Amino acid sequence: MSNPLADMDKPDVFFCIGTNMTECHPVAATRIKKGVAAGAKLIVVDPRQIELAKRADLHLPIRVGSDTALLLAMTHVIARDDLVDQSFTAERTTGLEEFIEHVRDFSPEWAAGICEVPAEDIEAAARIYGQAERGAIYYTLGITEHICGVDNVKSLCNLALMTGHIGREGTGINPMRGQNNIQGAGDCGAIPNNYPGFQPVDDPAHQEKFERLWGTRVDLERGMTKVTALERCGESVFGMVINGENTLLSDPDRAHCQHALESLDHLIVIDLFLTETAKLAHVVLPATAWAETDGVCTNTERRVQRLRAAVPAQGEAMPDWWIITQIAKRLGFEGFDYESAEDVFNELCQVSPLYNGLDWDRIDNSEYHWPVPDKDHPGTPRLHEDGFVNGRGIFSCTTYRDPAETINDEYPLWLTTGRRLQSYHTHTQTGRAGGMEYFLPGESLEIHPDDVTRLGLTDGEACRMSSPRGTVDIIVKATTKSPPGTVFTSFSFEDTPVNALTGSGYDPTTHTAELKVCPVRVEPIAAG
Amino acid sequence: MIQQGQEEPAAIPTVNIDGANVPFTEGETLYEICSRQKKDVPTLCYDPRLDPFGGCRLCVVELEGARNPVASCTTRATAGMKVRTKTEAIENHRRTLLELVVSENRQVEVDELAGYASQELKILVERYDANRGRFQGKQSGQSRDDDDNPFILRDYDQCISCYRCVRVCAEQEGDHAISVMNRGFDTRITTEFNGLLRDSDCTFCGQCVQTCPTGALADKKALKHVDVPGKIEKTRSVCPYCGVGCSVDLLSKGDKLVGVLPAMDGPANEGALCVKGQFAFGFVQHDDRLKTPMVRDEDGKLHATSWDNALDRAAEGLRAVVERHGREALYAIASGRAPHEAAYTMQKMMRAGWGLNHIDNCSRA
Repeated sequence: MSNPLADMDKPDVFFCIGTNMTECHPVAATRIKKGVAAGAKLIVVDPRQIELAKRADLHLPIRVGSDTALLLAMTHVIARDDLVDQSFTAERTTGLEEFIEHVRDFSPEWAAGICEVPAEDIEAAARIYGQAERGAIYYTLGITEHICGVDNVKSLCNLALMTGHIGREGTGINPMRGQNNIQGAGDCGAIPNNYPGFQPVDDPAHQEKFERLWGTRVDLERGMTKVTALERCGESVFGMVINGENTLLSDPDRAHCQHALESLDHLIVIDLFLTETAKLAHVVLPATAWAETDGVCTNTERRVQRLRAAVPAQGEAMPDWWIITQIAKRLGFEGFDYESAEDVFNELCQVSPLYNGLDWDRIDNSEYHWPVPDKDHPGTPRLHEDGFVNGRGIFSCTTYRDPAETINDEYPLWLTTGRRLQSYHTHTQTGRAGGMEYFLPGESLEIHPDDVTRLGLTDGEACRMSSPRGTVDIIVKATTKSPPGTVFTSFSFEDTPVNALTGSGYDPTTHTAELKVCPVRVEPIAAG
Repeated sequence: MIQQGQEEPAAIPTVNIDGANVPFTEGETLYEICSRQKKDVPTLCYDPRLDPFGGCRLCVVELEGARNPVASCTTRATAGMKVRTKTEAIENHRRTLLELVVSENRQVEVDELAGYASQELKILVERYDANRGRFQGKQSGQSRDDDDNPFILRDYDQCISCYRCVRVCAEQEGDHAISVMNRGFDTRITTEFNGLLRDSDCTFCGQCVQTCPTGALADKKALKHVDVPGKIEKTRSVCPYCGVGCSVDLLSKGDKLVGVLPAMDGPANEGALCVKGQFAFGFVQHDDRLKTPMVRDEDGKLHATSWDNALDRAAEGLRAVVERHGREALYAIASGRAPHEAAYTMQKMMRAGWGLNHIDNCSRA
């Protein structure tokens, strides 16, 4: 997030797109609910009638995968109606004129045909956000899990740059990170293109820096992403270590994932449970869980916080860092003589410019948002206040393109996937928490009642859902939460593994899967 | 622009609390000022996150010039007010009010595991020696033993109608799932159509449980551990679910994790939690947890083994892959759920160990 969570009581306009916040980030959503109750306006863009949509001043139930078209048209209206923040764009951005020329063709009428919402609503959304004193954008995977995820984010940046809704209190471009430490995994360099602290690996200066620190030379080439690695399993990838991820259930195209992992010579899984993925491993190593582990995590607002153990480990489970360093030592690698999580974290602080001002003791009170470049620095709750990292904010001339697969006679419905309030990811934790089954005994497929009738389905009974990649049997739930023509379910349950169907395409830059769009066919299960 | 020295700076307004002049800011209530001054003004209906309510009247103070004592939680300070917080008359008044509250309640003692604020009534009753049976008579509240939800106990026999649950649900959560029906002794805290919580707009975030001062609304899951021996220990940590990063206090007795409290001073959540953070901690000590390392043997099945053997096998397997296919045949996936130290050591093993950038995490799915 560019802005801290505490800023959420300050916007006069919330623009929430592709974020089902009341279910996926419920505590952050309470801040929006309070802001709306206090008079702020709420625009919600989501194909479904989610809880936030019910509270919105304006809800745009766009067709899944049409976000870029909507955002282009909104920028068109902002340019056309003189809502551009002239002083902000003059002082802090570059490429405005070219961008305005670029969006001239993308009228609300054009976008209405793609997004399947009225042109007037697109105009209204643009004006409400454009005229805001403090407009704040919030988004989640509804923006990024598309083949055009990068273009979607760039389009949001265009909106914020045009209107000057960035770098100030109560504004910003705010992605809500999904997992407790997904931000931290990136901070620590567990990505193929960056060393810890987002230092690009393909910069020789960084290569040299880490060679000096670690005494070994690291490739200058970026690594492949997980998506590519899974594609190459059994061809050029033969050994894998997976820590705390149930790849088989969480990733797109399950048959492909299963085949990939089964074709490895050697798979090590470090986890809490014998997950569907761990069952394929050659070596399974038990890790300590939350509440048993001392460590650090970073939340969605870049706040670096301590996790503390309260109870002893179950059985012989050991902390992840201990397990990994034991393997490294057995392989003869130097520099793994840590005695505690504190040792590891303090080393990270030394090598990451974003953490240079931090150490284990300094984060005891959770007060720092990175970057914290030195010990005298107070931390950075709000990014871009004094300027952008690369100088000026750059407008991106994005264009709309269709999802990887579009509906047709064979697969005439859009499937979009997501999360539920009471289940978390592949349900390995919430499913064993005790009590969640009272609220959510299993998954169902949300279908508009008109579609239920039209397709000859029965509410409460199983149907068969298919894509070119697979088939899943699932209970029908007739609900107007889904718009006609679009169905929804989560990927949390092993007995309805919806990722058997997904996997139609990936963003070319980030390799993020298009999990939010998958054309499907839904039919009754033939009797007998 | 105001020129410097053009105007006299306005005098900072003060109120007099028990003889001392105390500055205040516009809009502050007498209760807030007293709290700041560490005056021990009792209250049962107050929650600093909620709008002033003035229901329990325990926070009354003497205000010079006012005919009757005023509720300090609903009285906004104005310059020059003179307030006395602990006169004998005020203390007697408070004791009588507490005795009336106690007379309606079946029990005052509730286990600490019931919730964050659950000891408030008990503490005040002890402080004022208010459980002397002076008033006997009608009781209010009616428990909902029929609500079979696994998380929230609805023991309304203990309810004192402070409305904190109703207000926290409306003001903090914006859900308005809890309401009030009837008046007087027949007052009932209820939900729409007087049904089960599950059938209301309740999301089971547990905020009502944590603000209840008597344990009328209580944490059913934590209360299952009342008989576990040992003192309750609190450990500050961060919720393991989404990226909001809510601060929590883990409750443990000996080796047993028995509950979770929201941290009122948590910077991301300021006392709030959701159903997962509040109630979904049971996975930690679930029987399904992996207890020992396992390796796949020649029979093709996974078998429990020692750490030494498992780590040797883990390392040998990686070494064998490198010998057969080269170092570039290796790949590692770090977790978005494990702490920094896991991700850092994993990428370091790949980079410092093999010189590879073959590392990713689960953020692309």
